[in-house]
Amino acid sequence: MKTFLKNNWLKTIIAGVICLIHIVPFYISITVALKAKTDLSSRWILPKELYLENFIKAIERAEIFSAMKNSLIITITAVLIITILGAMAAYPLARNRSGLNKTMLNVILAVMMIPPLSILVPLLTFVTRIGGVSTFWGIILVVATYQLPLSIFLYTNFIRTIPMDLDNAASIDGCSSFSIYYKIILPLLKPVTATVIILVGVNIWNDYQFSLYLLQDPDMKVVTLAVANFFAQSSSNFGAASATALMAICPITVMYLFLQQYFVKGMVDSAIK
Amino acid sequence: MSESRKTNIINEKNMINIMYLPALILFCIFVFYPFVSGIRISFTNWNGFSQNFEYIGWLNYKNLLHDEILQLALKNTLIYGIGSTILQQMLGLFYAVFLDKKFIGSKTTRTVVYLPVLIAAVIMGYMWYFIFQYNSGALNDVLRVLGLESVDWLAKGNQAVWIITLVNTIQYTGVSMVIYLAGLQNIPKMYYEAAQIDGAGPISQFFKITLPLLYPAIVTSVTLNLIGGLKLFDVIKALTNGGPGYSSHSISTLVDHTYFKTQAAGYSSAMGVILFLIIMGVALLTIKIFDKNEVDM
Repeated sequence: MKTFLKNNWLKTIIAGVICLIHIVPFYISITVALKAKTDLSSRWILPKELYLENFIKAIERAEIFSAMKNSLIITITAVLIITILGAMAAYPLARNRSGLNKTMLNVILAVMMIPPLSILVPLLTFVTRIGGVSTFWGIILVVATYQLPLSIFLYTNFIRTIPMDLDNAASIDGCSSFSIYYKIILPLLKPVTATVIILVGVNIWNDYQFSLYLLQDPDMKVVTLAVANFFAQSSSNFGAASATALMAICPITVMYLFLQQYFVKGMVDSAIK
Repeated sequence: MSESRKTNIINEKNMINIMYLPALILFCIFVFYPFVSGIRISFTNWNGFSQNFEYIGWLNYKNLLHDEILQLALKNTLIYGIGSTILQQMLGLFYAVFLDKKFIGSKTTRTVVYLPVLIAAVIMGYMWYFIFQYNSGALNDVLRVLGLESVDWLAKGNQAVWIITLVNTIQYTGVSMVIYLAGLQNIPKMYYEAAQIDGAGPISQFFKITLPLLYPAIVTSVTLNLIGGLKLFDVIKALTNGGPGYSSHSISTLVDHTYFKTQAAGYSSAMGVILFLIIMGVALLTIKIFDKNEVDM
């Protein structure tokens, strides 16, 4: 029993060191954000008194709340499109395993691997031509399209685990495939939909590459752009930039702390299957 | 079942394919069409905005072969991809094995290690900048307390590349850890009990039982990390923006730079095509190698 306890504490100390390594950037950002420009004390030291001016600058000059509003509109709409179209597309891919559909699945897998930057020039040219630059619909359709493969995959794998007997029984009762989907499959998709919403939602909220090119109007900036722009402009005032970054990561951090197991489960489900 | 009923069912089975039509249309508009037109643009000398341009055949690709900046970016891309993959597997595997059994702080550590995964890479990059910055950077503060000279961490290209790799590794080790933790749960405890009876120590248990049985998890984690690392863009933008000079560019950031800073849209497109081919090639190669090994096992 004694050695058991001893081991335990050694492990706890090692775990503490691991935590420190991963938490350091957060801690340093907090101390930077809480200090005035004139406070030249080490970034390791917390300020003697709280200085909240930087957060006011983040709201007024970096317009972080307006960026959050834009990010929220884009994320919610895109996630809605992705879950509806993804679940729909997955049903035939899971239930009708023809050669054509097998090819479809492989093509979708390939789309998942396309680096956004490899199609930057033509995509930007095309979206410019159809008038989609700096519009909500433009960015929403693009991010939704590039996140769709992930949701189609998750839904396809999930539907395959639903016994075919259910479909067959309904079919004998005279249900068409469409009504089988609507009445039987769709209500069973709740757990995987939670996974899709979390994974895809995080990806879209954090998108930088598409937003950087497709959202050129300053009024249309999203959180990642707000932080990046503010850092680029305010090399002399890192406190305000840091406050902007901290406010930008706040919503997702809080959500993660409350819904931790869903975030982790979603990741594992998407990776292992 | 009568013949006509059977064909009915088959027809209906194919009919439901229209359910993926909306998704397919989106792919055609925003993926396949730009992809094909990107290949077309890569054979022109287009500057990105002018109405006039000419088809110049393979010239962009020929120039790419001799482009030293691209070669450097290619080398960096491989370091970002392979370097972070190796580091993430080692660290992720260690964390998973270490945190698999409960002890005080194990759960908190999992939470902390996974947190950065959910934060935008570009924001995470800026947060790390406070540490590696030359003036008043947190790391140089430590050096000063120890009585050492301050180091301009991101001023030397090669060093910057490794720092970016490290930052990327620390951010995404949580992914590998979580995959390996899930993998460990699938290993039946009785294997370890049997090994203990046979007198196998913890190290030989790790190499003889844990590692081989984690194989599927390793495949998943390596593929994910490799593709993510080869695409690296956001962190580089935040930490060095490809600099100093061109020394820390990945192909992704170089495509961006070539398009916006030098207005060489045709050339940039050709680079994009190369980037796509590299990622596809590596992905297919990984799948092939792992498939073959699986047969051998």
